Amino acid sequence: MSTALTRDFAVVGGGLVGAAIAVGLARVGLKPLVLDGEDLDMRASRANFALVWVQGKGVGAPHYALWSKASAELWPSFAGDLFENTGIDVRLRQTGGFSFALSRDELDHLREDLETIESETKRASPPYEVLSHNETKERLPELGREVVGSIYSPADGDVNSLRLLRALHIAMQRAGIDYRSRHLIDKIEPVNGAFRLTGRWGSVTVQRVVLAAGIDNQRLSPMVGLSTPLRSSKGQILVTEKCAPFLPFASGTIRQADEGGVMIGDSEETNATTVAEHTDVATVLARRAIKTFPLLADVNVIRTWAGFRVDTVDGLPIYEQSAQFPGAYVVTSHSAVTLAAGHALSLAPQIARGSLSGDFDPFRSGRFHVRQAA
Amino acid sequence: MFARLHEIADPVIFTFDGVSIRAERGQTLATALLAGGVDVFRWSVVGGVPRAPYCLMGVCFDCLVTVDGVQNRQSCLIEVRQGMDVRSQAGGRQVNTAGVR
Repeated sequence: MSTALTRDFAVVGGGLVGAAIAVGLARVGLKPLVLDGEDLDMRASRANFALVWVQGKGVGAPHYALWSKASAELWPSFAGDLFENTGIDVRLRQTGGFSFALSRDELDHLREDLETIESETKRASPPYEVLSHNETKERLPELGREVVGSIYSPADGDVNSLRLLRALHIAMQRAGIDYRSRHLIDKIEPVNGAFRLTGRWGSVTVQRVVLAAGIDNQRLSPMVGLSTPLRSSKGQILVTEKCAPFLPFASGTIRQADEGGVMIGDSEETNATTVAEHTDVATVLARRAIKTFPLLADVNVIRTWAGFRVDTVDGLPIYEQSAQFPGAYVVTSHSAVTLAAGHALSLAPQIARGSLSGDFDPFRSGRFHVRQAA
Repeated sequence: MFARLHEIADPVIFTFDGVSIRAERGQTLATALLAGGVDVFRWSVVGGVPRAPYCLMGVCFDCLVTVDGVQNRQSCLIEVRQGMDVRSQAGGRQVNTAGVR
């Protein structure tokens, strides 16, 4: 790329967050330059659990509960748009989701969280049911005896997230967006109201820039006067051989993908230093899955992978325009699948207009600095 | 399709979908099936199209068959044995069929 290059708009990051924003910008007539990293960078977009999930999100943060719900509600039209533009069916399934409890305590905690969210959102959060073992088994005949009960919410679901990433990239292509892989950014310099992005590939000057680089936002956002404090959170997933369909609902820990493989997940390690998988973590995941659905005991696990979540210190997304350097935005979110529809259809048009609505105020990074300011 | 280089010296007999096949003791189940004239081991899970071994070294998972009631065995990694009951597969692995281990 020549050093003299200038563009109106750049999105840094071509994962689920960056690609969804780029596609959203294209919908309102902008053609951002999308600068992506290396294939082997930490890519949560290739290691996620593919849920479109609202249930239990936003305890103490009703704005997050409602934003998740709003995005889940936008998902059918978003998936329809993607299919129309790319011919790719991302296999959206919103038949509802279960959270399984293996003890009375677990069920109480799940219920208390949902009651808190319900009251904090003034009953605007999605409906849910607290089900006994027998009531759950009526809907899921393969349920294990050790499941004490469950929560069911009709708002939850899942997609095929690899198809989603591919569909977003094809949509970018069809929209004429200039996408560049292997364009790691070494530095961003605010220059006369614009931004000069530089890497080993050269540099480009843009009027506006959206940082959607996942974990790398932590390094990049201070360069535009913002901050993205992340915590280390590693997750591991087991994947079984493809099976005939037996689980027509999503859940936070076990789901059967559209092509038949069963994904077993939701581990969390907060002190991991490498992305390698661990057999002890796999053992815990497998044991819990078999208690929930005993028929899984005979099914072969053929793959396991791990990834680092893009997780802020308080677990909530960051959406913010730099006050110091207007025109620079940071978008950091753990739930890039659930929120993809919101990012494309609701957030991107606001970025295009040049300001975020007041709904996004609670998501600013200033919340992490209250103690320092006081 | 495949022809043996040598006559069978130490035979074992097994069945594939109920049909008896002779094989050489010590060879893999996948090569025993190929040498026995079998060219469709299974129909794929998603597309329902015919499949046969591709890599013969445990990587491609295209040689899957049901052996003595156990589904999704990699036939290229199993030694053929006297009396094995081998079945072709169609579609996804069944997880809740009574009688299947």
